[in-house]
Amino acid sequence: MNLARAVTLLALATLLASCEREQRGFREATAASISSSAEQRVDFQPGSGTTAPVAPTSSSMSDAYEYNAYAVSEGARLYNAYNCVGCHAHGGGGMGVPLIDKEWLYGYSPTDIYKTIVEGRSNGMPSFRGKIPDYQVWQIVAYVRAMTGQLRKDVEPGRTDHMTTKKPESSTPQEPQTGAKQ
Amino acid sequence: MINLCVLALWLDPVGGIQSALDPAGPQAARIERLWWLMFWVTLVVFVLVIGTLSISIARRRRSQPIPFPPKDKLPAEKPIGRVIAAAIALTIITLFVLLVASVVAGKNQHQSLASTNPVSIQVIGHQWWWEVRYTSPQADQTIITANEIHVPVGVPININTSSRDVIHSFWAPNVNGKRDLIPGYSTAFWFQADTARTYRGQCAEFCGLQHAHMSFYLVAETPQQFEQWKQQQLKSAPEPDTETKKRGQGVFLSNACVMCHTIRGTIAGSRVGPDLTHVASRQAIAAGTLPNTRGNIAGWIVDPQHIKPGVRMPPNPLSPDDLNALLDYMETLK
Repeated sequence: MNLARAVTLLALATLLASCEREQRGFREATAASISSSAEQRVDFQPGSGTTAPVAPTSSSMSDAYEYNAYAVSEGARLYNAYNCVGCHAHGGGGMGVPLIDKEWLYGYSPTDIYKTIVEGRSNGMPSFRGKIPDYQVWQIVAYVRAMTGQLRKDVEPGRTDHMTTKKPESSTPQEPQTGAKQ
Repeated sequence: MINLCVLALWLDPVGGIQSALDPAGPQAARIERLWWLMFWVTLVVFVLVIGTLSISIARRRRSQPIPFPPKDKLPAEKPIGRVIAAAIALTIITLFVLLVASVVAGKNQHQSLASTNPVSIQVIGHQWWWEVRYTSPQADQTIITANEIHVPVGVPININTSSRDVIHSFWAPNVNGKRDLIPGYSTAFWFQADTARTYRGQCAEFCGLQHAHMSFYLVAETPQQFEQWKQQQLKSAPEPDTETKKRGQGVFLSNACVMCHTIRGTIAGSRVGPDLTHVASRQAIAAGTLPNTRGNIAGWIVDPQHIKPGVRMPPNPLSPDDLNALLDYMETLK
């Protein structure tokens, strides 16, 4: 009897977890909720030379995408669509730095990667401010972090939709990250 | 409601711009003949079955039921009678006849193209729109457009299909049957439209959230009109000539639009979304979802997720002035 109860509880718990994992917002953002391109969301500006502490709101923002398999797979799609693949290849790098190694020049936390995409970085990374809506940047951030196994295993993509170029993200062991701290 | 629609389609086949019963070409005509043949055959079978059933109900047994014999006095089971054996043989023969008929019909329907000089069009399925390429050995004669296929009448049209994401299916019932668009796999078929008219087609294989809003228009026109259309499509987008239109072009190039769309003649050259070089010349937007009007385009740009939830295009919060300038500019993309 106890066993049956335990199994039921476990099944229910699994169901709950899968809900969160698969949850998909059909209205990711309305026109009104998307920040306009002029609004500054991060404090790191080109030429300012400083990186102020991360605003606490940003991590809760990224959480919504980091614990969600749909968001990560959307990130993978956008990574190709917006031509990240053109410089970083499928993570191995090329003209741009590799994203599957453990070195992060500008930090590996979600907010750091968000900043890198939105603000751009010196020596080649362009700024995508105003070109990519916020929610999609967060989806790409989640996918970039999945490449080095920084997300929960059940959220990371188990296979690619296209020709296989590397091990699936969910089989990537989490590397100890070096570089700028969170 | 659905029954009424079906009835309406059936009673008015001439009015249907998307109807298999209003064929515009040789293959569609063959499909229509098959359709009517099946209709009459199944109608006869239906009438026979219902008739026999009605007769047997009407002539039900009037005598008292026969008392059930005790278990030990049950008669021995009879071996399979001749009638049943004959029925099984008849069924097998019928299946073979149908098999042969199916192969013959398929061969006739998809016989290879006799003409050596067809119009070649590549149709590529995307979630949830159609990319249309008029291929040519000369690179500068290639036309890329979306969701609207122009063809000359009386000329065989060779369609090559593939898909970028999931399986779609190309179906313009007035000209031919369905053809699946499979990622990583190219298939070819041809059709011919003999009547100059606009037809409608749509995706016939469930392909995700907005499968129902993935349609296209097939414009069959005279060869002269087609040539005229082609020459217009080959042109790059005109340079904006007023201040507002220049601002509109700037809005397009400095916002998210440029990340996915192409306008030939500008630096916008991404192939993720539909080519917008001649978007103003098309009848509809968002793969046949809305008529192409200024208001619809404005609503679509600002919040496409409201019109087509789940669509790949994100909302674009433009200021009213920017939006108006962009619309002014887009109206010049004829």
